[in-house]
Amino acid sequence: MKELEYPFDARYLIKKKKSLKRELLAADTKYIDKKIAVLGGSTTHDIVAMLELFLLNTGIRPTFYESEYSKFWEDVMFDNPELVSFAPDIIYIHTTNRNISAYPSIGMKEEDVKTLLDAEYGRYKSMWDKIETVYHCPVIQNNFEFPSYRILGNSDCYDASGRVNFINSLNAMFAAYAREHKDFYIEDIQYLSATYGLDAWADPLYWHMYKYAVSMEAIPTLSYSVSCIIKSIYGKNKKALTLDLDNTLWGGIVGDDGVENLAIGPETSMGQAYTEFQEYIKSHKDIGVILTVDSKNDHENAIAGLNHPDSSLKEDDFVVIKANWDPKSKNLVDTAAELNLLPESFVFVDDNPAEREIIKAQVPGVAVPEIENVENYIRAIDRAGYFEVTSLSADDAKRNEMYKANAQRAALEASFTDYGQYLDSLEMTGIIRGFEPVLLDRIAQLTNKSNQFNLTTKRYSRADIEAVADSDEYIDIYGKLIDKFGDNGVVSVVIGHINEDVLDMDLWIMSCRVLKRDMEFAMMDSLVARAGKAGLKKIIGYYYPTAKNNMVREFYDTMGFTKVSEDNDGNTVWEFDLTGDYTDQNTHIKVEKE
Amino acid sequence: MSREEVYERLNAVFADVFDDPDLKVNDETTAADVDGWDSLIHITLIDSVEEEFDVSFDMRTIVKLKNVGEMVDVILSELG
Repeated sequence: MKELEYPFDARYLIKKKKSLKRELLAADTKYIDKKIAVLGGSTTHDIVAMLELFLLNTGIRPTFYESEYSKFWEDVMFDNPELVSFAPDIIYIHTTNRNISAYPSIGMKEEDVKTLLDAEYGRYKSMWDKIETVYHCPVIQNNFEFPSYRILGNSDCYDASGRVNFINSLNAMFAAYAREHKDFYIEDIQYLSATYGLDAWADPLYWHMYKYAVSMEAIPTLSYSVSCIIKSIYGKNKKALTLDLDNTLWGGIVGDDGVENLAIGPETSMGQAYTEFQEYIKSHKDIGVILTVDSKNDHENAIAGLNHPDSSLKEDDFVVIKANWDPKSKNLVDTAAELNLLPESFVFVDDNPAEREIIKAQVPGVAVPEIENVENYIRAIDRAGYFEVTSLSADDAKRNEMYKANAQRAALEASFTDYGQYLDSLEMTGIIRGFEPVLLDRIAQLTNKSNQFNLTTKRYSRADIEAVADSDEYIDIYGKLIDKFGDNGVVSVVIGHINEDVLDMDLWIMSCRVLKRDMEFAMMDSLVARAGKAGLKKIIGYYYPTAKNNMVREFYDTMGFTKVSEDNDGNTVWEFDLTGDYTDQNTHIKVEKE
Repeated sequence: MSREEVYERLNAVFADVFDDPDLKVNDETTAADVDGWDSLIHITLIDSVEEEFDVSFDMRTIVKLKNVGEMVDVILSELG
């Protein structure tokens, strides 16, 4: 819904929240349901209302638990039965500097300030530790915004007894906890309130009248940021940036003006602004965002522009370059298909409002930021939180290379007439093993990112995956695939739980970048071997249709299962008999022995 | 702006906030007369009224408001 996209009109959302919610719920969206506990140090009513709208807009339908006013700590520490029985999927703790129990008195000695800091931090840490043991779910915790006044003036930030110094120290302690704990995320309201403007962020009137620690107009900004973290945890981030060239990545039109006249590089102020933007875009490769070009240009002119000595972005940085005279919407859809991604995973960046309109109209779901002038491009993209990072795996930094290797494989494929020969020429090696501690992050990430090759679309947090790995009631397998073009990393995850002599399949996912490589057969071989070794008699597979996973509707049939039932919604149940003989189905991937 | 014009715009705000297109308020209307007018939606209401008329109520004013009529008085005096 356009109204809920960044940059939104906060006051409009506040006024219209009831009808917006009604419209969102009436739309024909396949929502995933999540239970979110909001534990507040202030009144959280409208924070929850806004969070609900933003989450619905990303395809997550939340139900909420809200703590009584300022009972965030008590709810956790004394096991409020309501909260326990709610069994949250995510806990959001909204506290602010209004909840700091004691500040240093002016002139207090450094060691006494340290004692106060430890006490304040200890209160939070005890709560987070308790959540980790009782709820095993992701936690989102605010850090603190700056205080509204400074008795010590500028020295408030360095005097040991200053409040600004106190808050900076506390925030550093919160950050250190976040670095050391999986599934723990800081919502950085210190940054949010700074960009918003501290005086507008926290209005004393709202605190004294309503116990709102954040002013009404700022609440949508606060909630949007929480929704970005949640959507990222559940794999709903965007995955690719598709960029126009002329007047987007450089100033001028390469075909008309010539490469030598483009505004890029340190010589002019315009050139500097484009360079800053290019470097911003290029950094996205390090967080695993795929870069592609969609430009109305002759291909050779586009390449010539990227070869400009001052262009930070080079031809190599892009996985796909579509520079032609086709409609940009067609190019974008083709790019998505080539990369086995959904169009809605794309962010389209173009200086031309007309091109943006075409994409919005022709390819629903693509994010199209309203960039205006080059000096504002970065802000327009950055504040929207398309790629909110909640986990950074080693694979992320290599993702562009992986996709590029895929393009090379496609070229090789075209040179073979026999597909089996092509597969053999890839010299593939599979590593297929039970879950291992160092890979749990990547495995959890994959369960949240896979939409298409996903039989049940069950999502797992890092803690869930750890629980599966530690239990002997599950058969859990991950698969890595390596070939002569590179290491694809972990590309498939299979989880089944043992029910007497039956294995019930909870999850079967595979990354689309290894489609048609027979990896699924190698996983099946391993699954059958493990289930047989555990003395099981049969495997039951489930397929639950979503808007995106049609490609695996008949997957279990291909694997040799027999369909036993199908309901009106298209949910199917499949059975595989383990008592008969089984011949390995994979013949093209060499699987390393464990 | 006349009192009638204020009411016209005010009714539109009430209709949005309470998501009820038929809702009409008058001088005597109080929170007790409108379904769902609790302390929480009151915050949204005040905020939306401020936005509609581009006015800003101070705390002293908000705490004294007894009915819609008094709110209209304040709006009119703010608008001068």
